[in-house]
Amino acid sequence: MQTNFLKAAAAIAWKDLKIEWRSRDLVLAMVLFAALAVMIFAFALELDQGAQASIVGGVFWVTVVFAGMLGLGRSLAAEQDRGSFDGLLIAPVDRAALYFGKMAGNLLFMLIVAALLIALLTVFFGVSLFDPLLIGVALLGTLGFSSVGTLLASMSVKTRARETMLPVLLLPVALPLVIAAVRATNAILDGLPFDLWRIWPVLLITMDVIYLAGAALLFDFVVEE
Amino acid sequence: MEALKKYGLPVLSAFAVLMVGVSLLMVFLYPEAERTMGDVQRIFYYHMASSWVGAAAFGVTLAGSVLYLVRRAPLADRIAHASVEVGMTITAMGVFSGPFWAKAVWGEWWPWEDPRLITSAIMMLAYGAYLMLRQGIAEPGQRRRYASVYGIIAFASVIMTFVVTRISATIHPVLEGGIGGLPSRMLQTLMFCALTLLIVYVTLLWHRVRLARLSERVEMLKLRYYEEEDDVR
Repeated sequence: MQTNFLKAAAAIAWKDLKIEWRSRDLVLAMVLFAALAVMIFAFALELDQGAQASIVGGVFWVTVVFAGMLGLGRSLAAEQDRGSFDGLLIAPVDRAALYFGKMAGNLLFMLIVAALLIALLTVFFGVSLFDPLLIGVALLGTLGFSSVGTLLASMSVKTRARETMLPVLLLPVALPLVIAAVRATNAILDGLPFDLWRIWPVLLITMDVIYLAGAALLFDFVVEE
Repeated sequence: MEALKKYGLPVLSAFAVLMVGVSLLMVFLYPEAERTMGDVQRIFYYHMASSWVGAAAFGVTLAGSVLYLVRRAPLADRIAHASVEVGMTITAMGVFSGPFWAKAVWGEWWPWEDPRLITSAIMMLAYGAYLMLRQGIAEPGQRRRYASVYGIIAFASVIMTFVVTRISATIHPVLEGGIGGLPSRMLQTLMFCALTLLIVYVTLLWHRVRLARLSERVEMLKLRYYEEEDDVR
């Protein structure tokens, strides 16, 4: 007797949100990291107004990716340390539902960071990032990143090197996503007509679908014992 | 079959060495120097061949990884693993020969305007991560499973390297009208180099898979030896 797929996935995501609401470990760390990264970028690059506008897309995505990695590592490591992941595994639900539940939680945390970054960068870099198109690109980018990230984080927590392993595994395969997302973001900020940069959102959607389906399938092999 | 087992690898190895020698002579002597770039263009033959054979090697890893997850045959994983090591060596030939050409023709070693340089470097890093992942897991079954999962995902970086010149503005030279647009002597040289590298790849892969099997056997014999020693005590 299996519980309904969506219900199971939602329950797992809801559990993660509840834990996060009570402890506020993860999102707080991610948000602090993101804020610090923006400061460091602003100082390290010593930019004038024009230069700031041209790199804000890159700063946004680099920060989202690194903050996201921080969250992914913690979210899976916490399950592993408490031994609660084994509990989830013996639950009578589809393994893919487990994956989607964890992924949805991670995605939400990344989106919170992205939303905050949009506000922060608008203030610090003086470039308005409040744009429905840009928010759409942010959604697509973080979706792809958290889908492949959740899979790789569930592998890396079981390796010897753990925290160092995740970035090494994740960054090379996330790069195509980052390239497409940065190009799309810059095109939106430059106000280019949609026809000129249509390829990037198309690419993002393609990669999201491939990564999401692939990761959901492969997750089975990662957690089998 | 016995003869193939006994003499196959040495004969193939000798043949590969011979092919490399012949192909190098061909690269330097057979086609005329390119009109504008001159002799430095001769890097192209092995450069292009290495990118083809390197990608094929990672394709073998992809196939081996899928096969391992479906069938759980250790041989499939051994081939996937070996193909990453050999594939990285061959890809490195392309990545490292490129800058010499770029310095001569573009005037700089590593022009960042060319996204293919970045994606091929990232591709090597992805497969470097594959090897690191294997190192980080002690239990053999788990190591094989995780490596297979990553061997499948890492192929995204190979696809990216091949499509990047189509979707992004690039200065990376693309053969106009496919390889058929080359003068025939250049095309023959390119094809001969590709064939040579393919044979080198198969030879190294065979060596590497054999080595993996032998080292696993040594591992097993060691275990058995220590067990017997314990029994005597």
